[in-house]
Amino acid sequence: MAVETAPPPAAPAPTAASLRKVRFALMLRSLRENWGLFVSTRVGMIGLVIILFYLVLALMHPILMNTVWDERIYDPVVGYAFDETRQPAPPSRSHLLGTDPLGRDILSQLMYSARSEFLLGLLAAVVTVTIGTTVGAIAAYYGGVMDTILMRFADIMVMLPGISVLIVLSALIGVEHFELALIIGILSGFGGTAILLKSQALSVVVKPYIEAARAAGGGPVHIIFIHIVPNLLPLSFLFMMFTVTGAIFSEAILSFLGLLDVRMSWGLMIHTTEAAGYLLQVGAYWWLIFPASLSITLLCSSFYLVGRAMDEVINPRLRRL
Amino acid sequence: MAETAQRASAEDARPLLTVERLRKHFPAGKTRFRRHTPLVHAVDDVSFTLARGESLGLVGESGCGKTTTGKMLVRLIEPTAGRVVFDDGAGQPTDIATLRGKHLKEFRRHAQIIFQDPYESMNPRRTIFDTIAEPLQVQKIGALPERLDRVTEMLALVGLTPPRTFLFRYPHELSGGQRQRVAIARALIVEPAFVVADEPTSMLDVSVRTGIMRLMSDLAAGLGISYLYITHDLAVARYMCDRIAVMYLGKIVEIGATEEILRSPQHPYTQALLSAVPVPDPTVERPPVTIKGGVARQVDPPARCRFFDRCPLADDSCETNDHPPLEHKGQEQLVACYKA
Repeated sequence: MAVETAPPPAAPAPTAASLRKVRFALMLRSLRENWGLFVSTRVGMIGLVIILFYLVLALMHPILMNTVWDERIYDPVVGYAFDETRQPAPPSRSHLLGTDPLGRDILSQLMYSARSEFLLGLLAAVVTVTIGTTVGAIAAYYGGVMDTILMRFADIMVMLPGISVLIVLSALIGVEHFELALIIGILSGFGGTAILLKSQALSVVVKPYIEAARAAGGGPVHIIFIHIVPNLLPLSFLFMMFTVTGAIFSEAILSFLGLLDVRMSWGLMIHTTEAAGYLLQVGAYWWLIFPASLSITLLCSSFYLVGRAMDEVINPRLRRL
Repeated sequence: MAETAQRASAEDARPLLTVERLRKHFPAGKTRFRRHTPLVHAVDDVSFTLARGESLGLVGESGCGKTTTGKMLVRLIEPTAGRVVFDDGAGQPTDIATLRGKHLKEFRRHAQIIFQDPYESMNPRRTIFDTIAEPLQVQKIGALPERLDRVTEMLALVGLTPPRTFLFRYPHELSGGQRQRVAIARALIVEPAFVVADEPTSMLDVSVRTGIMRLMSDLAAGLGISYLYITHDLAVARYMCDRIAVMYLGKIVEIGATEEILRSPQHPYTQALLSAVPVPDPTVERPPVTIKGGVARQVDPPARCRFFDRCPLADDSCETNDHPPLEHKGQEQLVACYKA
């Protein structure tokens, strides 16, 4: 086979190393384009700002504990505000958000919990999306018996009342953040997410490029992971965002009910308030309720907003022209 | 690639592909709890041969089973019955309908397909390089630098120059004609012995059609590739093909050398097809051929000539007898008709 044109001297011959560079550049370019679209959605930016705010809070906590905050006073779990005479103490200069009925600093609890909320949400989301994408792609590619088995299993998962199952599970085995993330991830990954991603995958498997890949000799693994999954990823990322919201919310409910074996969390802060009998005196003891409940609301909605913005980025029909 | 050309030029009497009584029946509708499953006879007892370096046109209207036949030849659809014997002269002749696993993958190096729709036949998330190199990648041919060289060469060969500017573009940045060139490059990168071209020009602008067709016939001549060229356009078939097979409702009704068939079509269906081709000369007079109605039922067709319902020549004997066999009516012309 003869090459007809001499290569232009300006373009260096592509090598394996430059190939990687080109791919990286291409990825950056598409990232930049999508970022531009994301910024223009505005709701996404609002969400992102809130997320960043809580991220900073979470990262600041260990720094503060090691520098300005005295561990005996500010520890979120075993600290006690010796400098206050009555507990719960209202906000003051040394305790910006006051203390809880057990004399612990609310701001410290809030910041300490933020980190585990993030870890919980992201782990649950990653587990969900990994399982959901794979199951959806496999069900759509193989169809038939495989499809039936996976989708009936998904139906069972959807049918299970999530919170009740979690209550039973946490009564049976001690559930902490890590286990909770896995359980939520598995429930939603094999359940709703798998069904939704499968319906998307069905529109991919009928494309001629799947046939072309088969004609090239590509096996199921090649087709599923090179062709189907990458085309599902935008939607997967969307569900990732919604799963984070769900996970944080479930965690709040469970720890409010006192069912989670966690050291500290936003739900647990409200639980402490409730257990001490301050829950119905919101007016007088607002700092016991508002910081934690507002944080839950804000962080949940911020991930939801980011998800909505991503929806606009990946779904051309929603894009503003 | 030079090797393939040599093999092709070393005249071998044995055909590259021998298709024998190839059949594909699809179940129609729900099949559970029924004693008899209604079947769509998409392809019914189709037999033909394809010689080395030859291009055979498969002509017929929509739904006659052209594409199903083509996809069976590259094993994208499993045949219900019949044999497709592939003999590239290098190894043992093999019936590709029975290939499994490793052997099937090996066979896919020799048989490729070009699809009709250049917009949907490429993964929108993969670059042109990834798309063309995919067969090399899954067949584990060559290391990355070598694949890069071959893809670059191939791009130049299909007329996408300078090739380096095309390597890392995405399909949506290319025009329909350019994409079809990429599809051709992907099919030819493994140096196949034969290629099924499924109406590769029907979705392109008329202005770029001839370019693609010329490219395909040049490459076929240069690389010694056999084509099964599926089309509904007799003009395209005439340009591209050495021989033509006319299909009607899953049956080949007429097969022969292109010029012979176009000059003296024997089967009433072929005559009707030809009379539908516009002639850019108002003085040409052609006997009008009238066929009635639309395409007949393909589900469990009755045992008579498939063309019976629409045929202007049909009489009682056509109805009582089974579908006519292909018989010699010309030098190399085979026709399936009692009346022709």
